[in-house]
Amino acid sequence: MTASASEPDDVAGPPSASEPKGSAGTVADSLPDAARRSDVSYDLVVVGAGSAGLAGAVAASELGLSVALLDSSTQPGGQFYRHPAPTLGAVRPEALHHDWSAFADLRRRLDASGVDHLTGHHVWSVAKETDGTWTAHALTGADGSADAPVRIGARALLLATGAYERQLPFPGWTLPGVVGAGGAQAMLKSGLVLPGRRIVVAGSGPLLLAVASSLASAGARVPAVVEAAGYLRYGRTPRALVTNPRKAVEALVHAAALARHRVPVRLRSAVTEVHGTDRVEAVTVSRLDRDWRPVRGTGRRIACDALAVGHGLVPQIELAVAVGCSTRALPDGTLGLALDALQESSVPGLWAAGETGGVGGAELARAEGELAGRAIAARLLGRRTGVGATAGLRRRRDRMRAFADVMSAAHAPGPGWTGWLTDDTDVCRCEEVPAGRVREAVAELGARDARTVKLLTRAGMGWCQGRMCGTAVSCLAADGATPEPPSERRPFAVPVPLAVLAALDGPLDPTPASDGPPDPIPASDGPTDPVPS
Amino acid sequence: MARTPIGLVGAQPDPPFEITFDGRPVPALPGQTLAAALWGAGILAWRTTRDGGRPRGAFCGIGQCYDCLATVNGEPNRRACLVPARPGDAITTQEGHGHDRLGV
Repeated sequence: MTASASEPDDVAGPPSASEPKGSAGTVADSLPDAARRSDVSYDLVVVGAGSAGLAGAVAASELGLSVALLDSSTQPGGQFYRHPAPTLGAVRPEALHHDWSAFADLRRRLDASGVDHLTGHHVWSVAKETDGTWTAHALTGADGSADAPVRIGARALLLATGAYERQLPFPGWTLPGVVGAGGAQAMLKSGLVLPGRRIVVAGSGPLLLAVASSLASAGARVPAVVEAAGYLRYGRTPRALVTNPRKAVEALVHAAALARHRVPVRLRSAVTEVHGTDRVEAVTVSRLDRDWRPVRGTGRRIACDALAVGHGLVPQIELAVAVGCSTRALPDGTLGLALDALQESSVPGLWAAGETGGVGGAELARAEGELAGRAIAARLLGRRTGVGATAGLRRRRDRMRAFADVMSAAHAPGPGWTGWLTDDTDVCRCEEVPAGRVREAVAELGARDARTVKLLTRAGMGWCQGRMCGTAVSCLAADGATPEPPSERRPFAVPVPLAVLAALDGPLDPTPASDGPPDPIPASDGPTDPVPS
Repeated sequence: MARTPIGLVGAQPDPPFEITFDGRPVPALPGQTLAAALWGAGILAWRTTRDGGRPRGAFCGIGQCYDCLATVNGEPNRRACLVPARPGDAITTQEGHGHDRLGV
């Protein structure tokens, strides 16, 4: 149902508990295909049910908007709060989590709200219609292969699509047993499995500490945590550290766990080679100089049967980039969305929260989601945002954003990391493009950017659309100069069967979910046409 | 008792069932993905690449890298890290693009 704009309560007032539960949405997998093909409309569509999306959806719903929360997973929580399915009967899911109570609280609010949580929805595109409303296009099913694509209309859109892990290639990184650090964490959190018994954790960023302590707590031997950066850069900005004590506490909790399990942490070091024929048998760890160049003669071999590796996270922003949202370069060389003080993007009617604006963690994501949900309600209900109620949220958001930028700068890859690559190291995993071919495209054929490298070598043209090789190709294309951040420009956020595209005809019907045709959002200036890919 | 993921979260799962990988039985717990069941059995690779014929399995664990593509019940290119295991599922090592029968 849609709240009318004449209701007197201020948008920042207490949540209304008397809203009846919306019924326009259907949970994927619970209805026959034919029923799921119907187009439905809401006040707000939220993409992503992690910390930011959950907070935004429940906040907007509590203020009276009809909300659909679309998520690819079957359970809320996103990656940070990923947890076992109920049939696995985990009595203590919090044992694999930091700050589980915050998620439990969001889940309670979701259950008590009128939000339609649509699971198994993989949004592949969002489009702004001529009347100013939005359409979200989604595939359905666990991996998007169910024969029931859907289109969902909304007056406003909140993108809370999170992030994926950044990888920097090295010899042997395609061997089975080499997994993403976040990947090992994800498989452990939801599937209760480990990739091996002796797992080296390597790369850069605070996630490594969390991953290593999880793996060790779950019974793995962790011979070493290998961190490419030092942690000294954090000390250059004492203000951000002092004003974010919870981050320090979190780091100490992980450090204590590592000490308890006798896991050594090696700073300014990297895994520069993986050994094994069909799976990981050992890794070589080398010291790095200030520019992340491996120091000759420092390589030490560590026996292990798995390696969990990652270099921080990359905001997942292609849905927004495809409709022309402005981005900002982040200190670590990735792109985040450029957002205003109330989380709105440069495209009116499209808000974003959480890692999409720059990676900063679950607590920041919750604050931004809540802020966005309130701002959207204020816009759609035609009321002034309750300044008093959002001021505190905004202050917390700004404080945590400042820390996020410090963290991003501290773990930015040094230019010397490409010294790990041999010419036959695959850079692009999907298309099996080795570093030598990329270097040839740059040195011999004149490629100066990742797009040209892609056209000449196919690097970034495969299934993952350059997510795994994007950073590496950008760095190699820059040839020693400062690399351009990977553009995150992908016309389709997930692979879409041609049959789904062929079936895209007919208008979007407004549905009983709203009281009549949706009103366009009051226009503001700024380009809204999709940018041609 | 050895520390295990199951012990850590105090899991009391529903009874396991069987899936197969290239014909050999693999136990799966209800609620695990195909990739989790395979990892649980020590299997880390279930496809070979198009060009080099190299083994690959789950890498990113969250459906973004497409390394974990498998042929499931005869259907190629299913992301094993996302698809829940069901009793009797037959996973077969996917050779290359998995569409050999199309003759492309």
